[in-house]
Parts: sequence; structure tokens; C-alpha cells
Amino acid sequence: MTLLKNGEIVEDTWRNLADDEDISGEESIIVSLDRWQNEPDKFNGRNGALGIRLESHQKPDAIADDVERFDLIALDFPVLPDGRAFSHGRLLRERYGFKGELRAVGKVIQDQLYFMQRCGFDAVELSEGEDVAKSIAALNAFTVAYQPAADDIIPAYKTRHDA
Amino acid sequence: MYQYDQTDHTLTRERVTEYRDQVSRRLDGNISEDDFRPLRLKNGLYMQLHAYMLRVGIPYGMMSSDQLRMLAYIGRKYDKGYGHFTTRQNLQYNWPTLEDTPDILENLASVEMNAIQTSGNVNRNVTSDPLAGVAPDELEDPRPYAEIIRQFLTLHPEFSWLPRKFKVAITGAEDDRAAINVHDIGLKLLKNEAGETGFRVLVGGGLGRSPFIGKVIREFLPKDDLIRYIQAILRVYNMEGRRDNMFKARIKILVHELGIEKFASLVEEEFQASEEDVLFLGQAEEDRIKAFFAAPDYADLSDDSPEVIEMSSGNEAFAQWLERNVLAHKQAGYSIVNLSLKPLGGVPGDITSDQMDAVAGLADTFSFGQIRATHRQNLVLADVAKKDLPSLWQELVDLNLATPNLDRISDIICCPGMDYCSLATARSIPIAKRLSERFADLDTLLNIGELRLNISGCINACGHHHVGHIGILGVEKNGEEFYQITLGGSSSEDADIGQIIGPAFSSEDIIDAVEKLVGIYISNREDDERFLDTYRRLGKAVFKEALYDAA
Amino acid sequence: MKMTLRMVTANRLHDGAVVYLAADDDWTRNVESGLAANTEDADKLMTTAEEAVHNQLIVAPYLIDVEVDVQSSRPVRPIRFREQIRAKGPTIFAPAAE
Repeated sequence: MTLLKNGEIVEDTWRNLADDEDISGEESIIVSLDRWQNEPDKFNGRNGALGIRLESHQKPDAIADDVERFDLIALDFPVLPDGRAFSHGRLLRERYGFKGELRAVGKVIQDQLYFMQRCGFDAVELSEGEDVAKSIAALNAFTVAYQPAADDIIPAYKTRHDA
Repeated sequence: MYQYDQTDHTLTRERVTEYRDQVSRRLDGNISEDDFRPLRLKNGLYMQLHAYMLRVGIPYGMMSSDQLRMLAYIGRKYDKGYGHFTTRQNLQYNWPTLEDTPDILENLASVEMNAIQTSGNVNRNVTSDPLAGVAPDELEDPRPYAEIIRQFLTLHPEFSWLPRKFKVAITGAEDDRAAINVHDIGLKLLKNEAGETGFRVLVGGGLGRSPFIGKVIREFLPKDDLIRYIQAILRVYNMEGRRDNMFKARIKILVHELGIEKFASLVEEEFQASEEDVLFLGQAEEDRIKAFFAAPDYADLSDDSPEVIEMSSGNEAFAQWLERNVLAHKQAGYSIVNLSLKPLGGVPGDITSDQMDAVAGLADTFSFGQIRATHRQNLVLADVAKKDLPSLWQELVDLNLATPNLDRISDIICCPGMDYCSLATARSIPIAKRLSERFADLDTLLNIGELRLNISGCINACGHHHVGHIGILGVEKNGEEFYQITLGGSSSEDADIGQIIGPAFSSEDIIDAVEKLVGIYISNREDDERFLDTYRRLGKAVFKEALYDAA
Repeated sequence: MKMTLRMVTANRLHDGAVVYLAADDDWTRNVESGLAANTEDADKLMTTAEEAVHNQLIVAPYLIDVEVDVQSSRPVRPIRFREQIRAKGPTIFAPAAE
């Protein structure tokens, strides 16, 4: 698995923690939503960074009030047609104010990367077989946009009329 | 019509570049067919029975003559010299090769066209009234808003992997010629009591396997809220629409399962929470787009046309064409001309490259260089001076585009069916051909009048049979083709889903069955009743009994 | 005398053309030149087809029933009407007339 963050290959310092594994204090761990909701006290007073992973059927409003607790949120794209996490990513960034790493996991191919970036994902776990160099280039597949999203791109309906 | 600026050109070209790379990766085996399929669909490329099929987008049906000439060129160079206009105002080519498609898209881009999102689980072509801008009953031209929606939903990063396809239609007239009641989002332009412009918004209409009439979600949406509200609807759909079963994944199912009140409240909640400033198009952009749809430079003409009167009195064929295919225009001295793509015995909606070139020329000569594709798979020259009608008619006759059958029984909506389509369960085109031949003389002899007959080759209903006054659905029974009749459908503002009349007919019997139905209508009609009116007045039982009567 | 056997059909990747698996792992556009096999051997044909998918030759292979002439052993036509149309082309090859 190749992890891209902000368009560069980086080492993955995070670990997915299984639901039945003990929660240590030092590691950077990613826990499931179930774990977070069932054992909220276990996460107090840790030194290690905390991440959470949402499946595509789990809506982000479940953690809307808690986004500051997380350094990372991973959103799963289980299969190519399942595009729910694009909406979830935008809500986390634009509505719930999440500032940490928003990572796309699961089925992630070159051709979705531009849209993922626009929806607020700054990190992606590329699926096996994806060409890394082409994937990085794909982040710039388009240089104009018709609509606003979670990124800084100003939509054409505004840029056309800048004074 | 709308003209691309630098942004539109850049986006379209970058899309071609992206697609060219995707095709190359596919041919080299660097991407699987499973991954490639949704990507090619989002550029309009299907795999059908015999070959690939490319669907070119024609936003709300508007074409310039240069664009139509390019469509002719593509048909000639990359296909078998013809194309097919669809029920959603697009054009399909039936025989492109995969490796030619990037070049085809590049050719299209050079005339400000593309195949972006003409298929796939995304927003599809935004369709509208083919008589927009020229119909006397129009309140306001819907095309600028269609263009606004088109751009907003093109390569929208959040909505490129919806549960299923999404179709928007918009109308601005009393008469609904855009079938907004059977679209995922239907919009009707209107003014509120304060005289402000806005939309009545319908959601959850659709045909296919489970037809639904759309429900009103907002009686009045101010025009400035348009893209913000559409985003709200799509976000709710993207998040809540079913992902487990592709046959239950359209928004119509979601609206039906939640109920319109619950669905509306979810949308309103999302709408209220969204950012107003960011999603405000602005008057400047609205004006910029509206300017493209300003009326052409009409000449100051009298509404009386001695040329037309003289020709009509001497030439019965011209008079009949004038009465049936030519419609009133809001500008004095002008007419709206329907070009029939339903010649006797022909394939509904098909057009050769030669015909396309010729029509482009006629548009330049007679109609300010513009052509419209209609949802009934015909073409329209919308701004023809009345004095030019005799000359234009003569040209159309020579091109076999003057069949006088607009909205009549042989003006058949017909999907490609099992002759072309891998989804089909029966052929539809041969039925259309045989019907058109059977009624060639009968239509005039009996003066059947307005009768919308729609044929689908399978339950996906691409021929819109549910909303035909007479609908025909092709099914398979024991390896044979059978045809089920529905009656009383309508896609206008009085929208209705047709009722199944009884057991299906064999291929051999279906034409006689339709003729019998017409006979029932003729013997029962009162005054100016159309087939649909007589059916509604008398009801299904009368027609059913008479149709299946052994005598 | 006719009998029914199985044959693999698919669409060619690069141009979408309808093809049938023939002898020597070749693909033919002509159903009459395709390789007809009984049900037990049909699995082997599909394995060959899957390899052709893997090699970017074809997409979406599947098995069809074909009528075979007993005396000549030659395939005559597909059984299902839909497949007959695939084999021969649209039944109405008529773009809008001149």
C-alpha cells in the first residue's frame, strides 16, 4: 500500500487497531466508530495520536462534536460505485471543522483522486496496482472547476466576474 | 446559444486528456474492465450487443449548425454514416471502436461538445423544452437555468459516484414539453405573487422498472437558491440512497420509501445548513448566461404570408405539412418547424450524416444557424420566417424529413431495442416500422389526430412507454417476442402512468391490436377529443373489452 | 439432424465486435466457425476465455447454446433469438432513408 499525503509518498505511521486489541497510550492508532462510541473513557489521557475510521454507511454527524479529538479520520470507500464518503469528507471539513488528516482508504484508484482532494481528503491509501507517479499527477487532472467544494478552488461562476 | 469561454474549453480538454489516458491504460491492461467500465460510462461509452455505443451530450437539445456538421463528420469517419437522436435530446453512435473514442471526444471538444456524464451514476443531460425561447405559451426561457445546472453538476466532486443515474428536466411554459413530472428533479419556472422568478420543484419522478410521477418538494424556490437547493437534494440522495440493490437505487425509491414529507425535511435541513454565499451564483453570472439566449435578430415581418397562402391552396402535401408540422411562433412572421425523423417505414430517430449536413445548411439558411433535438426524437428549426416555409418544405421533402406526422400515431418514440441494446428483451424498431406502414394512409383517412405512441424493448423503458397515450412494452415469453399494451399515459403537465390493458400480443398480432384500439377511439370519440381524451372519458374497461373481443 | 452444444461468445475489447471462441484459442467473428463443445467441456472453453480477458483481447465472455448439424459437425446458429441477432447484426439495417 502506498500512502500519499498532500501529493507526496509518505510512510504510514498509523495503525488500525482491532476492536478487541488493547488501547495503548503511545501509538498512533485508528479505531472503529463502534469502539469510540462504546468505550469513550479509554481514550482520555493518551499520549499517542488518535484516529477514527468510518465505514461508508456511518454518517459523520456521529462524531460531529468530537472532531477536535482526532488527528486523523479515515473514510472507507468499500467499492468503486460507493461514493458516500465524498459527501462525508466534505461535511467533516466544511461543516464540522475537522482540521487533521482526512484519509481515503479502501478502493482508491487514480481516477478518483482529484475529486477526493476537492472533497477534503489530504491523504489517500492507493490500492494495489495503481501507478504512483500517475496518481500524483492525477491530483492536478483539472485546473478549473464549476462548483465550490472543500478545497480552496473558487468556482467559475465567481472567477468569471472578479473585478 | 451558450458559447464556451476559456474555463469551459479548459475543462473539456482536460477531460479528453484524462479519458485518453484511461483508454490507453485499459488497452495496456493497467486497469481492469470492472474499474474501467464506470469511467468510460462517465464519458458516454457503452458496450452494446454488437459494438460499443457512444452517447454524445446535447445540452437541452440545442445545437449550432457547426456542431451538427461535426456530428455528421464523426458519423462518417468513425461510424457507419448515421446517428440516432434519443428521448433525452442526445445523439448516439452505434459503432465506434474503443480506440477511436478519444479522438472522437477531441473532435467534439473542438466544437464545444462532449460526452461528459451522458452515462454513469451521475447527473445526466439536463433536458428542457425543445421550443424554449420561441413558444407563445412560454413564461420565461428555461435554457439559461438548464445551462447553470449543467455546469454546476459537471464534474461535481461530491456527486460523481451517486447510487444511480440522475436526470433533471426544466420547463418554462404552460405546456410541459420536457416531461418534468417523470424526472429525478423536475423544475417549472414561474413567478410568485410578488412577481419574483423561481421554480416549482418536483422530485422522485421517473420511468424505468418502477414508474413514478414526481412529487412537489417546494412550491416556490427563489431562483437565487437554485444551485444551493440542488446540492442539498443531491447530498441527501448521495448519502441516503440505497447502495445494496441497483434496482432500488434511484431517488424515486428513496422518496417513496421515506415519504415526501420526510425527504423534504432532510433536504430543507441540509439546505439551511449549507453556505449561502458560496453557493450563490450571482446576478452577474446569471446575466452572462442569459445573454447567450437572447432572441436572434428577427426581421420585421408581417404575420400574413402570401407565399404560404398561395402554396397551401395549390399544394395539398404542403398544406398538410404546414398544418401538422409547423407551429406558431411568438414573433410575428415566424414559425417553428418540426423536422420529422419518423419517415414511413423508417427507424425512429435515426439520421444519416448526409441528412445532418443538409439540415445544418438549412439551419444556416433558414433558422439563424441553430437546431434543436426534441424528446420525441425529432429535430426543430425554431426560427423560420413564414415566407421561407415553401422553400424549406421543398428541401425537407427531398431529404425525407417532411413526413407530416408531428405528435401523430406514426411519430413514434422508440428505443433501439434488441436490434442494438444488450438490455433489451424484444425488438422495438420493427414494430415501429410496421406501425408506421400500417397507418401511413389510415392516419389521414381516419383523421386520427394527436396520438403519442411510445415503444420500449424492455422494462427499463427507454422508449418511455409508460407515458405514451398508447405504450408498447416488448417482453420475452418462451423465447418469443411479445408486446404488452398500456393506455392513457401522458408526459405533459397532466402526467400519468399508462395502465396495462391485458395480456400481451404476439409480434404477429400487435399491429392489428393497435389498429383495433384506434378503431375503438374513432367510433367513440366526441367533438375534438384526442385518443387520450376518449380513453380518459370512457375508461380502461371499455377499451379492454372491445380490444380482446373475439369478434 | 441437429443437436445443441455450447460455445463461448464475447465482445472484442478494442472495437467491441462480437466474437466466438474458435479452435487454437483464436477468436472468430463468424459463429459458424466457432468451437462448439458439450456441457462438460464448456468449462475448459471458459478458462481459455478468461485468459483472453486477462490478455486484453475480449471482455465479458459467456456461454451460449448453439445448434450444430450432426452430420457436418458445424455450428449452424445460436439457439436464442438475441444471440442470433448478435451473430448476424441488427434485423433492420436501415439508417433513415434517402
